[in-house]
Amino acid sequence: MDLTLSGLAEGERGIIYELEGGSARDRLMDLGFTPGAQVMCLFSAPSGEPRAYLIRGAVIALRRRDAGSIRLRRDGEDRVWA
Amino acid sequence: MGLTYTSTGAGARLSAAPESRAQVRAALAGNPNVGKSTVFNGLTGLHQHTGNWSGKTVTSAAGTYEYEGRRYALTDIPGAYSLRAASAEEAAARDFILFGGADLIVVVCDAGALERNLSLALQIMEVTPRVILAVNMMDEAKKRGIVVDTARLSAALGVPVVPMAARRGRGFEELRCAIADFRPPEYAYVTRFSETVERAVNILEMPLFNALEGMCDPRFAALRLLEGDKATLMAIEEHLGRPLAELPGVGEALERAREALAGSGLGEEDVKAELITGLYKASESIVAGAVTGRGGYDAGQLRVDRLLTRRKTALPLMLATLALVFYITVAGANAPSDALHALFEWAGARLDGALMAAHAPDVLRDAIVAGVWRVLGYVISVMLPPMAIFFPMFTLLEDLGYLPRVAFNLDACFRRAGACGKQCLTMAMGFGCNAAGVVGCRIIDSRRERLIAVLTNSLVPCNGRFPILIALITMFLVTAEGVWGHILSAAALTGFILLGVGATLTLSAILSGTLLRGEPSSPTLELPPFRRPKIGEVIVRSALDRTLFVLGRAAAAAAPAGLIIWLAANIPAPGGTVLTAITGALDPAGRALGMDGVILTAFILGLPANETVIPIMIMAYAASGTFQGMESTAQLHALLAANGWTWVTAVCTGIFTVLHWPCATTLLTIKKETGSAGWAALAALLPTVMGAALCALIAAGARLLG
Repeated sequence: MDLTLSGLAEGERGIIYELEGGSARDRLMDLGFTPGAQVMCLFSAPSGEPRAYLIRGAVIALRRRDAGSIRLRRDGEDRVWA
Repeated sequence: MGLTYTSTGAGARLSAAPESRAQVRAALAGNPNVGKSTVFNGLTGLHQHTGNWSGKTVTSAAGTYEYEGRRYALTDIPGAYSLRAASAEEAAARDFILFGGADLIVVVCDAGALERNLSLALQIMEVTPRVILAVNMMDEAKKRGIVVDTARLSAALGVPVVPMAARRGRGFEELRCAIADFRPPEYAYVTRFSETVERAVNILEMPLFNALEGMCDPRFAALRLLEGDKATLMAIEEHLGRPLAELPGVGEALERAREALAGSGLGEEDVKAELITGLYKASESIVAGAVTGRGGYDAGQLRVDRLLTRRKTALPLMLATLALVFYITVAGANAPSDALHALFEWAGARLDGALMAAHAPDVLRDAIVAGVWRVLGYVISVMLPPMAIFFPMFTLLEDLGYLPRVAFNLDACFRRAGACGKQCLTMAMGFGCNAAGVVGCRIIDSRRERLIAVLTNSLVPCNGRFPILIALITMFLVTAEGVWGHILSAAALTGFILLGVGATLTLSAILSGTLLRGEPSSPTLELPPFRRPKIGEVIVRSALDRTLFVLGRAAAAAAPAGLIIWLAANIPAPGGTVLTAITGALDPAGRALGMDGVILTAFILGLPANETVIPIMIMAYAASGTFQGMESTAQLHALLAANGWTWVTAVCTGIFTVLHWPCATTLLTIKKETGSAGWAALAALLPTVMGAALCALIAAGARLLG
């Protein structure tokens, strides 16, 4: 099954390889969610969404639907993030 | 990718400038939350004003400073993530960068998130090479293990780079110096894309260069045409006066360029994705050559973040923070209010004496002292202390970074109401002043969701209405004294605020199900790191920016209101005075809403500024037709009780205070922001209907229960 950003649990990370087309795609890319970027899920809002992601040194909160449009592969590196 | 000679010919204007005495126009651009306003404040000091730029409804701060005998005019452009504007603010930023006529643009960057910040800088460099990079927050980044080599960065980009730690006051001299010494760079970095895209750009660049005549960088225009960035193209064409495709040779070249791209299987959307990815790749490679350390997320910060957003702790912490802020406001405002009141009474007596000594006619003396002066004194003594306490505390929370977390926590509630979590931030601005809150709605990207936020903003009681609520609570709803009384008062005030929040969510849901139907957008909310607030600066800023501004406006409305009320209460009409005639006519409606004619009249006459509602009530109740002043809350309580007030009256008046039409300034702002008087009328109608319905329900219930 495909891994998407919304499938990352808190503390997990991955590398973006593709974004689904859609109205939000350009904005997400402008914020740094581009293929090849490393991303980590940091924490969630009380109801489970939105979630806060660490991307290129900044923390951006996304709703589940938008996070679900970003496809990932697992990050193989063992870098300590937090 | 690499260094390329840029020869747009646009550099000629500034190169002559150092000899001339004309002032240099610089602009500050950058992502949101990079300390742009700290840099702006640090450069201009107090020499700033808020102004509209070229008739657009966009407020950007402008200021001036002198350096080595020359004058510099500085414009603070709204924060933007990209020139592909997603919000009204970003569109304003893009338009200023394209056509604002600045001699140079200082791009302020966060050293800790340089890849993203640099992608904006590279976009701006597509428009003009006259850029200085100010890499701010070097100190914070260093703490996270990120070290930026600004010399290497400058070498890679071909433009001056200044390291800064603006919150600590570092880097300002260097920045002033860099601005003063600025020369258009001979070589500036140009982001290069794939061969296919570059070939298409080549086809367009020459015809555009000939046709645009320096009005806009041809490469920038070519890229926008190829990716089909309609908003930016419209901005260029509006400035140009006709469609780009109608320029000689451009339409034909565009067709050829598109064919070439299509031959490689690239449509507009693919080009756009390649351009954004290309900017980030360029940004990554520049950062890789100039920055060491990647910096993760601070472990302590993560613990605090999780505590603030956990299911079990988030809501209690938010409520506790709100209640604490109110507690401090209520408890702290009493003594200074009394002192100010005494001061105004004393000065009023002196004024009265002086007028008597000057043999002023009794009518004039009475109108000035009992009308204008008393109302002014009431408004200031009741308004100033809570504002002076509340504003700095709220600014502190803002500065600390807590407010975006609140928006994050509540986003789900707003999503269910078909709105955007950022509405929380505009509501928080509304606490201070609803007009400011309405302007703040520009941060919301989707037009539909922005309108919802604009129409519901006045459901959050502004600082002009807080004192009304506090007065009602302490007189009729909370009888306990001392600390316990303050705690109960804070709880009651929190209750009224929650009523406003509930009404906001309800109305948002109704609007997004009816008039403003549509898909929920994809809001993206940045959560900046927690920062230790600069307490001194916060107090000065909130005193200057907010307290004085709001107070000045209130006082400006209160003085004429005092005169009008005095006249209405003293001009005879059949069966009494003009004022009693009005309040008598409104009495049945007022009673049906659990209030009376006087209260309703006060709300209507309070349209210019809600601060005047209570003094108007007191004047209308007082038999002599002049405001008696009030030495103590007990006196006011006695006056109201004698006029039939019960706790039901107080609750209904409180509800109507939260839920009624916005003040005149806010309505005008809504008209300006939405471009339509219809939306402003709706913004007045909807809360009023809600408030009236709720009050009528409570009044009917109270009558049934006897």
